[in-house]
Amino acid sequence: MSRNAKINTLLLVLVAALAVIPLVFGLGDHKEEPFAGADAEAETAITEIDPDYEPWFSPLYEPPSGEIESALFALQAAIGAGVLAYYFGVRRGRRQGEARALERLRAEPDTEADADAGTVSEPRRV
Amino acid sequence: MHIAEGFLPPVHAVAWGVASAPFVVHGARSLIREVREHPESTLLMGASGAFTFVLSALKLPSVTGSCSHPTGTGLGAILFRPPVMAVLGTITLLFQALLLAHGGLTTLGANVFSMAIVGPWAGYGVYRLLRRFDVPLMVAVFFGAFVADLSTYCVTSVQLALAFPDPGSGFWGALGKFGSIFAVTQIPLAVSEGLLTVLVMRMLVQSSKGELTRLGVLVTSVAGRRTAQPADAEAVAR
Repeated sequence: MSRNAKINTLLLVLVAALAVIPLVFGLGDHKEEPFAGADAEAETAITEIDPDYEPWFSPLYEPPSGEIESALFALQAAIGAGVLAYYFGVRRGRRQGEARALERLRAEPDTEADADAGTVSEPRRV
Repeated sequence: MHIAEGFLPPVHAVAWGVASAPFVVHGARSLIREVREHPESTLLMGASGAFTFVLSALKLPSVTGSCSHPTGTGLGAILFRPPVMAVLGTITLLFQALLLAHGGLTTLGANVFSMAIVGPWAGYGVYRLLRRFDVPLMVAVFFGAFVADLSTYCVTSVQLALAFPDPGSGFWGALGKFGSIFAVTQIPLAVSEGLLTVLVMRMLVQSSKGELTRLGVLVTSVAGRRTAQPADAEAVAR
């Protein structure tokens, strides 16, 4: 593994550790509902401060179950991850293409134009 | 974690909406200008938005025994400056408000203000400050992303404390309460976000040197290493 890949792996391991540590050490055990969302806890805090407060608007659409909700969250993450992967894929391909073109240029600097034309029009010759 | 639908009194909801709107409009303009002047940066901008999409979908456990999620706005703010993130962050918040019942339309203004405006600006400010003092790029990126993430939830706490001051201890009492829910929970997540942003920035330095140089993220290192790396084929070819 290159030094670069090692550092990147280490970064990912650290992030995973940060997520796993609270679970392993049972840091949510003192709560009635361990690892609930902070937004739900804030709602509870609001009703503690102001017991009369009634939310005056409800979501237009609410996922009918926890499963559907997690599916939609997964969809959100998948869309994001897909676009990111596409970006890095395009970049990598472009870089490889450039490196190859450069190599060809260096190998046969004079016939470069012919070589290019040859590869492009090859399928049409048939 | 954003303020849930209907959980800000109407006056506050409208006020935050009014405060956020000019930033989002200005952001939309600078986004359009950037895309028009540099069409080649559209892809990277999309990737920055995608990073926000991924990170704000990841609900992670924290040391407080509750869950929250990072924001992912630091990366785009460092690359494209904060106004662009006002738009990309708003899109993410809209997606979550409409499809996931996470956050909300009435609290959109307040959530945009914390996640898409203050977060990116605070993170960008810290990043620029550290860079000015010649702090290494990746260290500055880490703290920029860390601050963008954490400041978002500090603002959320302030917003709730303003709307719901504690009957006994007033605004500050309520701020302590909401701060312990949002801001403290967020600290380890902000570290995670910093690390992930560094990871993506490292990949960008490898794959997109030309782009990062144009955006002013990489300044001197390219000139110094011009011929050393195959990644510089683009620069050499020119």
